[in-house]
Amino acid sequence: MTTKSIDITLKVWRQKGPGHKGRLETYRADNISTDMSFLEMLDVINEQLTLDGREPIAFDHDCREGICGQCGSVVNGRPHGPEQGTTLCQLHMRHFNSGDTLVIEPFRARAFKVVKDLAVDRSPLDKIIQAGGYVSVNTGGTPDANSIPISADIAEEAMDAAACIGCGACVAACPNASAMLFMSAKVSQLALLPQGRPEAAKRALAMVRQMDACGFGNCSNERECEAECPKQISITHIARLNREFIKAGIGSSVF
Amino acid sequence: MSLDAKIPGGPLADKWDRHKFELKLVNPANKRKFNIIVVGTGLAGGSAAASLAELGYDVKSFCIQDTPRRAHSIAAQGGINASKNYQNDGDSTWRLFYDTIKGGDFRAREANVYRLAQVSGNIIDQCVAQGVPFAREYGGTLANRSFGGAQVSRTFYARGQTGQQLLLGAYSALSRQIAAGKVTMYPRREMLDLVVSGGKARGIVVRNLITGKIEKHAADAVVLCTGGYGNVFFLSTNAMASNVTAAFRAHKRGAYFANPCYTQIHPTCIPVHGTYQSKLTLMSESLRNDGRVWVPKQAGDTRPPSQIPESERSYYLEEKYPSFGNLVPRDVASRNAKEQCDGGRGVGDTGLAVYLDFADAIKRDGREVIAKKYGNLFEMYDKIVADDPYQTPMMIYPAVHYTMGGLWVDYNLMSNLDGLFVLGEANFSDHGANRLGASALMQGLADGYFVLPYTIGGYLSGVTPGEVGVDNQAFDQVATDAAGRIDRLLSVDGNRTVDDFHRQLGLVMWDHCGMARNDAGLEKAIGQIAELRGEFWENVTVPGSAGDFNQSLERAGRVADFLEFAELMCTDALHRKESCGGHFNEAYQTEEHEALRDDENFCYVAAWNHTGEDSAPDLHKEPLVFENVKLTQRSYK
Repeated sequence: MTTKSIDITLKVWRQKGPGHKGRLETYRADNISTDMSFLEMLDVINEQLTLDGREPIAFDHDCREGICGQCGSVVNGRPHGPEQGTTLCQLHMRHFNSGDTLVIEPFRARAFKVVKDLAVDRSPLDKIIQAGGYVSVNTGGTPDANSIPISADIAEEAMDAAACIGCGACVAACPNASAMLFMSAKVSQLALLPQGRPEAAKRALAMVRQMDACGFGNCSNERECEAECPKQISITHIARLNREFIKAGIGSSVF
Repeated sequence: MSLDAKIPGGPLADKWDRHKFELKLVNPANKRKFNIIVVGTGLAGGSAAASLAELGYDVKSFCIQDTPRRAHSIAAQGGINASKNYQNDGDSTWRLFYDTIKGGDFRAREANVYRLAQVSGNIIDQCVAQGVPFAREYGGTLANRSFGGAQVSRTFYARGQTGQQLLLGAYSALSRQIAAGKVTMYPRREMLDLVVSGGKARGIVVRNLITGKIEKHAADAVVLCTGGYGNVFFLSTNAMASNVTAAFRAHKRGAYFANPCYTQIHPTCIPVHGTYQSKLTLMSESLRNDGRVWVPKQAGDTRPPSQIPESERSYYLEEKYPSFGNLVPRDVASRNAKEQCDGGRGVGDTGLAVYLDFADAIKRDGREVIAKKYGNLFEMYDKIVADDPYQTPMMIYPAVHYTMGGLWVDYNLMSNLDGLFVLGEANFSDHGANRLGASALMQGLADGYFVLPYTIGGYLSGVTPGEVGVDNQAFDQVATDAAGRIDRLLSVDGNRTVDDFHRQLGLVMWDHCGMARNDAGLEKAIGQIAELRGEFWENVTVPGSAGDFNQSLERAGRVADFLEFAELMCTDALHRKESCGGHFNEAYQTEEHEALRDDENFCYVAAWNHTGEDSAPDLHKEPLVFENVKLTQRSYK
């Protein structure tokens, strides 16, 4: 790795809370090592703001390994920034050049309220899972794990879907602020596996209804979600969700 | 107070069954009258909250993240152990028990570890039933891989994201109970203190991290699943928000803290590369299945790895430990890496790294097979270091990863305070002085799914529900204390940031209470910590206000507690005049530089009682009695 330093300009969305008006504020970020992660660069800015007696920039983050899904902002119009398949915490400053200006904004969607600055409330995603994103099995009394054979290919495909980190980038990327990719990943994972089959149709119906109730938009095949997903989850899962949803509709009178 | 671990009598293999039968039950109709608080939603907390709610208890679940799906268990990569013996390679409950006891350098409780091994298989069954997509063989059965400290393949995995998949399984079970109204979820809440009255845990005081409001919550039992304290070192593989506050506050309210000096330094992490660095990234131990660890034979050899011929490389783990090779336990691998680097054979810009080389594995199995096993880890490495591990060996160095110490608990996972239960990494119970790889996930889920749901009933059956509510003055006092502390932090108005103090504390701990320790260094550290703590309260600057989303304030509270807790760690390390597992005092080592235990004088759990701000903690000892295994010098040769 070759270390060098760059000087960049940041325009960062500052907003005191959900009821307040926000605005972009400009900061200089000089002498930034290209080995830093994007969030470490924000740490450096925040240390300086603190010493200057100003309020640091609020942003969500935790594991900084690209797996917890807590970080995420829009950088120059792209959720999690310009690198494909990369969360913001795994984006490194070596992908930027001296003299760049970076506009950093929160994930925007009707269903996501701004908490403060770059932090947003993504609890509607939890509500969608609560509507049916599980296999209804209690602790104990389950059969031996090897009594449910699952082909390696199906297990791999389910794992592809299960890799979703729930960050909400798909919602932020979608012109309709739809949560279809997020929801379909869970529906698809469980529909692929024999354990999830008994409830597959009911699950799809309940989760779609909850998504609508939370104020997320609908899918109109823009494919922006797939392009921005840090875990590169495929929109083929949306197709599987649609199949389950239609089956549920045929099977019930409440479609 | 005497430390009674309440280990059931009878033969080791029968203890748990017998105890389950002897535990008093709570009538199904009465369960809903009991309110249980579970703090933390990692593997232990998520599984406990869901399982208790399924039984019918009324559960309140709290987490500091914005949703319960993000707890740090999610970052565990390699796998989860279970003695299923699916590979027909000689595994058994006894073998998993023995490996874990030996791996922990004979400093764990036999009965707890045996129970852990007994329920390990149930965990896999449970997770599969939930839809956890474990790796499979082509015939459809579950796949396994090997991990350090074992000679059987008993580790189940979901690519390099096992922790994520297990956590999402527990989160889905929890979500189902939230939807059913049996769990009330409180995200973005930080536990600031424990409420104790009449010698019993009665509830907690939390801060709503969005509004800053101090909230009081009462319960018939409090379950802490708040993880480990590795971030006392500032740089660790822990998530940024991982902290000791909940456990340490409970300690200050009377709960004993056991073996705080037992910390695990994980051998395979991406080396430190700059002073701005905020955390360290683990590269899963599973990589040591196929990666070969080496350094140049010649000290000071700065040639790139591709130009160092085979004959001039030292595969020091394979040479020194022929039977376990690269799969020696973590403490052994870490100490050997340090020894190589101290001897000038370290590689990279800083000389604080060794190679982990996949060239032979790629030649043997092909790139595709290796990519399938470790692809996401190789990608992660490439993103951080900008180097391709398929082409050139990884550089790795040990980093703080896990803490075996924690709040003292008895066999029922209850602390010395009645009604306070502690699960997962937050307790001290199962890993002794060193944890084997893929055992943390096992313990967290064992505690939450299969131990606590039984043992908590035994306690609650003797309790009147709702005895103490939030209107009790004990709650007012604790809430006032918590608010006062926040005001104090905000009013110092000094010149150094919270992170600046934290970083300095981390260096002191790494230098003197890290991979190798000695008495002089520990004494020095205790002085430095006290001094730094004094300066913190006079010179820290915490911007913003109390009634707001204020991340600086959150960190300030956590660092203030680390500044006290660090001293307890050093005190514990200094008192233990032996080496064992992750605790390596340089004065106690074999001729081959392995940890040298003193079983005659130190075969006990050191449980510390807080006696006040300005007085030394009291040491209580729980003797460790080994009736089933023979204590030996650990050997992996």
